[in-house]
Amino acid sequence: MNLQEIIKKLPYGKDFLFVDELLQIDKNGAIGTYTYKDSLSFYESHFKNEPITPAVILTETMAQIGLVCLGLFLLKDELNNEKTSLVMTSNSIDFLKPVYPSEKVWVTSEKIYFRFNKLSCKVKMENILGEVICKGTISGMLISNPDE
Amino acid sequence: MNKNEIISALKTIIQPYSEETLALENIDENTDFIADLKINSANLVDIVLDIEEEFKIEIDNDSMAKMLTVKATVEIIDSKLNAGK
Repeated sequence: MNLQEIIKKLPYGKDFLFVDELLQIDKNGAIGTYTYKDSLSFYESHFKNEPITPAVILTETMAQIGLVCLGLFLLKDELNNEKTSLVMTSNSIDFLKPVYPSEKVWVTSEKIYFRFNKLSCKVKMENILGEVICKGTISGMLISNPDE
Repeated sequence: MNKNEIISALKTIIQPYSEETLALENIDENTDFIADLKINSANLVDIVLDIEEEFKIEIDNDSMAKMLTVKATVEIIDSKLNAGK
């Protein structure tokens, strides 16, 4: 499975996909990027007249690149089921710097463990200057949605 | 290690993952991790990883799937401990 195929397998629609490119992935971790477009709808309200990327979106971006893409890669040999994905079950993140509209970010994840369908990763997000924006740990469980 | 010693060690392991203090205080063989202790499947994985470390045993996927009650968990820990002898 190549990097582009992993992005195609992600279950998110265009308004909630926070992965532009995967630069590197192996069994121990992933690296990817995303640029927050000016047109993203939450900038209108977060905050009034002062658009800053919400922390919850930064967390989601780290989860999509660092956890879900890595999970899909780790499961590539076992799963052909389109309905299988990873859901975030816990996280602990420290936020150090704000992210403004049109900023590009780099997310790096390192696997802590992947056992009994639970993937736990150390994650960090950096800006174009290589400064850490946020970092912490994110965990998720593999879920299979039964056929409707 | 007898059954009560295993349950007592389990109680210490489970404590950080459950806020059901009464159920935890009265933990016995019939305690169900999900129904009584309100532990989700993600934390159940962490409990099993902590059990592996505490008892120095390895839990396989089939055993993990059965570890939903204290009774089943104690039986699995007991059989793994004895298998090593």
